[in-house]
Amino acid sequence: MIETTCREAIRQALVDAMTADPSVILIGEEVGIYGGAYGVTKGLIDLFGADRVIDAPISESAIVGAAVGAAMTGLRPVAELMYVDFIGMTMDQLANQAAKSRYMFGGQIGVPMVLRTQGGTGRSAAAQHSQSLEAWVFHTPGLRLVMPATVNDAYHLLRQSLTQPDPVVFIEHKGLYTMKGALDVATPDGAWGQPVVRRQGGDLVILTYSRMLHEALAAAGQLAAQGVEACVIDLRCLNPLDEAPLIEAVKRTGRAMVVTEAAVTGSVASDIAARLSEVCFDWLEEPILRLGGEDIPIPVSPALEKGSIPSADLIRDAALWLVLRKAPPWAA
Amino acid sequence: MTNTAALQRYRTMRRIRSFEERVGELFLKGQSAGSMLHLSIGEEAVVGMTDAMRPGDTFTTHHRGHGVFLGRGADPARMMAEIAGKEDGYCRGKGGSMHIADRALGHLGANAIVGGGIPHVVGAGISCRNAGSGQISVAFFGDGAMSQGILYESMNMAALWRLPVIFCCINNQYGMGTRVDRSAGHCDFPARAEAFGLNAARADGADVEAVHDAAGALTKAARQGRPGYLEIDAYRFFGHARMDKSPYRTPEEEAGGRARDPLGTARARLAAEGIASEADLGGIDGDAAAEMDLALAHAIAATPPALSSMFEDVYAPGTPFPRPQADRLRAILSEGARA
Repeated sequence: MIETTCREAIRQALVDAMTADPSVILIGEEVGIYGGAYGVTKGLIDLFGADRVIDAPISESAIVGAAVGAAMTGLRPVAELMYVDFIGMTMDQLANQAAKSRYMFGGQIGVPMVLRTQGGTGRSAAAQHSQSLEAWVFHTPGLRLVMPATVNDAYHLLRQSLTQPDPVVFIEHKGLYTMKGALDVATPDGAWGQPVVRRQGGDLVILTYSRMLHEALAAAGQLAAQGVEACVIDLRCLNPLDEAPLIEAVKRTGRAMVVTEAAVTGSVASDIAARLSEVCFDWLEEPILRLGGEDIPIPVSPALEKGSIPSADLIRDAALWLVLRKAPPWAA
Repeated sequence: MTNTAALQRYRTMRRIRSFEERVGELFLKGQSAGSMLHLSIGEEAVVGMTDAMRPGDTFTTHHRGHGVFLGRGADPARMMAEIAGKEDGYCRGKGGSMHIADRALGHLGANAIVGGGIPHVVGAGISCRNAGSGQISVAFFGDGAMSQGILYESMNMAALWRLPVIFCCINNQYGMGTRVDRSAGHCDFPARAEAFGLNAARADGADVEAVHDAAGALTKAARQGRPGYLEIDAYRFFGHARMDKSPYRTPEEEAGGRARDPLGTARARLAAEGIASEADLGGIDGDAAAEMDLALAHAIAATPPALSSMFEDVYAPGTPFPRPQADRLRAILSEGARA
């Protein structure tokens, strides 16, 4: 067990995977000599050489396309998309090629690649460098989708992604790279596809993932001071996602919300709320709430940016309504 | 060229044409899976390229790729079954004409997105390079893909990383209904490839031996890390797909295009050079027709896939798979699901 950052944990996962498996290669913009836009791949080109850590031209579509072809022919590529916002450049290769090859070709040709990217707000990077676009991936059958929130998950979920037979989109959060936490390389927080309970509580369930986990935990701390105990569940893997523990938790408390940083309309959170509403209907005391980003492009002003996504205070207020029917002043 | 090899290339071209004619019949009999059938009649000289490849080489094709796949050794019965959407087709009836593939023969997939399969040979080329296998990967596409950005991203990477890759454009003069001089401001496509640092050549698509000569030189260089571009100057004898009556071109133009027939050229040369008699060539033609009749009959008689197979191969076997909607609804609607 060591104390480290998310950035270092991801880097360590790449080093360990590349050491263990010579078929793992990295391909992306600035992954080599520059060391990655956020420093995640620093020094890897010195450790593994330019044939395995491939600095690519600014051609996102062909980066993902090349990774698809490499994966089809025996390599296990990790393609890096510097910002998830650039996913539009790659969408044909991701959604029509990587996602569908196994199916279209009758199971003959798998695409065991990982697309590492990062998203989210917090750095005033504005509308084209701050989005949470996981729903675009979530909507596409054939892709797996992972979004770590903790240092230990950053390491283990990436290692697990690199054992999967199908394409995995691994979305980091730019606001978590410097976050410190415990890394135990011997012990994952949970199995692939399993949500993890980060805080126990019997009054309501808060379901979330990525950086919003930390807002949810902060809210749960505030709620505890008011006598409300929130169970906080970190979804971690959005596909595959074992729903059984979520259903169990929602039936147990009868009160739930799903929190995301993404624009809420058409979001992963909306879909999960709908699924849980369907199967837990008779057990629900209140509607399942969705808290998400405003349905707007991300503005650059720090004040606007921060105000456009859920905060611990908003989560707390929503929880107090769910449990105590106590409306916040702005909703009265 | 050796006489045997030239005769074999004629045989393959004839098999392709006979196959494509049976694909047309399959559609007319109402037995094809849909009408998205793009025939490669007129483009058979691609055999000059496929014949320059070796076992273990990989390739991707476009939506008009039946000829390429047959050139690389495909079983026409399994191909036809796939085009009919049957269980024993190459892709278990999931892909069809536009998404046929066979990993064993190096076919990494036909693609229905124009240019979609091109970057895959870049990745396959990295695999070949890193393994030092001496193999190459070839992207086959049409002139329509010359207008897709992904082609140029891929050419640049191949040149930059000195990958054992060939970009093979089968220029049949039409992207759907748009003639190439209506989609390109400057139609010297080999010059585009050269500008990226590729070896580039254009060969007469009416002459399979000319294509083979050009392909031989390009593949030899590619195996040594010098990627190339080959353009096969051909003519699409029929419409874009089955429903296309070609209102965008004149009968006179079509007659002129069809006069540039790679089978006619090869036949005339084989006879003139005394490599094969009329009887020999007639025998080859008859064998091809009989083989493809069998393929057609096989496809029509073959079994459609079981409905439950629709959920298979979205993800790898043994990993979590999509839940059928009926299962999800059952969990909500059943009496046991109520509190």
